[in-house]
Amino acid sequence: MKRWILFVPLMVVAVITGLFAYALLNEVDPRVIPSALEGRTMPAFQLTAVEDRQQFLTEQDLLGEPYIINFWATWCPSCRWEHPYLNSLANDEGVRIIGVNYKDERDLAITWLQDYANPYALDIFDPNGDLGFEMGVTGAPETFFVDSKGVIQHRFQGPIDAALWNNRLKAVYDALD
Amino acid sequence: MRWINKFLILVLMVAGSLVWAGQEARYFDNEQLRDRYNKLIWQLRCPRCENQAIGDSNAPISGDMRDRTYEMLHQGYSDREIIDYMVDRYSEFVLYNPRLTFGTLWLWLAPALALVLGAVVAVLLARRKQRSPSSAAFTKDEKQRLESLLGKDS
Repeated sequence: MKRWILFVPLMVVAVITGLFAYALLNEVDPRVIPSALEGRTMPAFQLTAVEDRQQFLTEQDLLGEPYIINFWATWCPSCRWEHPYLNSLANDEGVRIIGVNYKDERDLAITWLQDYANPYALDIFDPNGDLGFEMGVTGAPETFFVDSKGVIQHRFQGPIDAALWNNRLKAVYDALD
Repeated sequence: MRWINKFLILVLMVAGSLVWAGQEARYFDNEQLRDRYNKLIWQLRCPRCENQAIGDSNAPISGDMRDRTYEMLHQGYSDREIIDYMVDRYSEFVLYNPRLTFGTLWLWLAPALALVLGAVVAVLLARRKQRSPSSAAFTKDEKQRLESLLGKDS
């Protein structure tokens, strides 16, 4: 008598329930997709500075110390929401933030940075989203954590706030070398 | 009034067939390129959406990926190279037809394994039934009892 066969369906259901419970309790978000860029060096680029169309910036200009690189745009409401916190990160915590103005207009970007203050150590102007495409950016805001050698260690999609920074991202930033 | 309803339905049907989500008017050097383009944009998945091909999505990133696909086709890249280029930036997530790796091997193996397992279980159950004593076989006492019971009832 192979009585245990009767319990197979129950065990299958238990395993599936376990998987669902795991996803629920760990807040697995199906919209989060893996980044192909983590562990790779910053792609090469040559783009102008937001405030000066004569000045070219490349990936070489970013090397030296760890930084976070933040893709933003004036058409992006969550960027507006995130902006004050980026200001306080730059001013109070001394985080080096590189800004990439993504698929936007230069004039609008300049006005924005005047109106809402500029947390960015460097402002890169990427009107066609070329650098964004190279880095697998799917929308704004999106933030990458890069070490001093230019290796991308982490990618974060969505706006950053104090809770997120303190609970998760600060550790990532502090671990950069 | 009926004809108005019919007319509206007709209009909606025609309009529905004209909707081609987020599709730009494209000019191709030849029909082959057009076919390859149309195939590629249905093979690549929008990384911003949960389940849409870039050919089916209005997300800005899908538009960018269509543009890039179109440009690369005209620069002479092969389908394989275009797909590799996208995967290189947007990860394996953008493939509707996943590649065969150790991680994805199970997508093909699991159904086959389930089929084999099901067959084994079915055979085991069938054999067990054959081996177990037939329920039709009664002892003499049981037969007598059964007959008396049946006789009483009728």
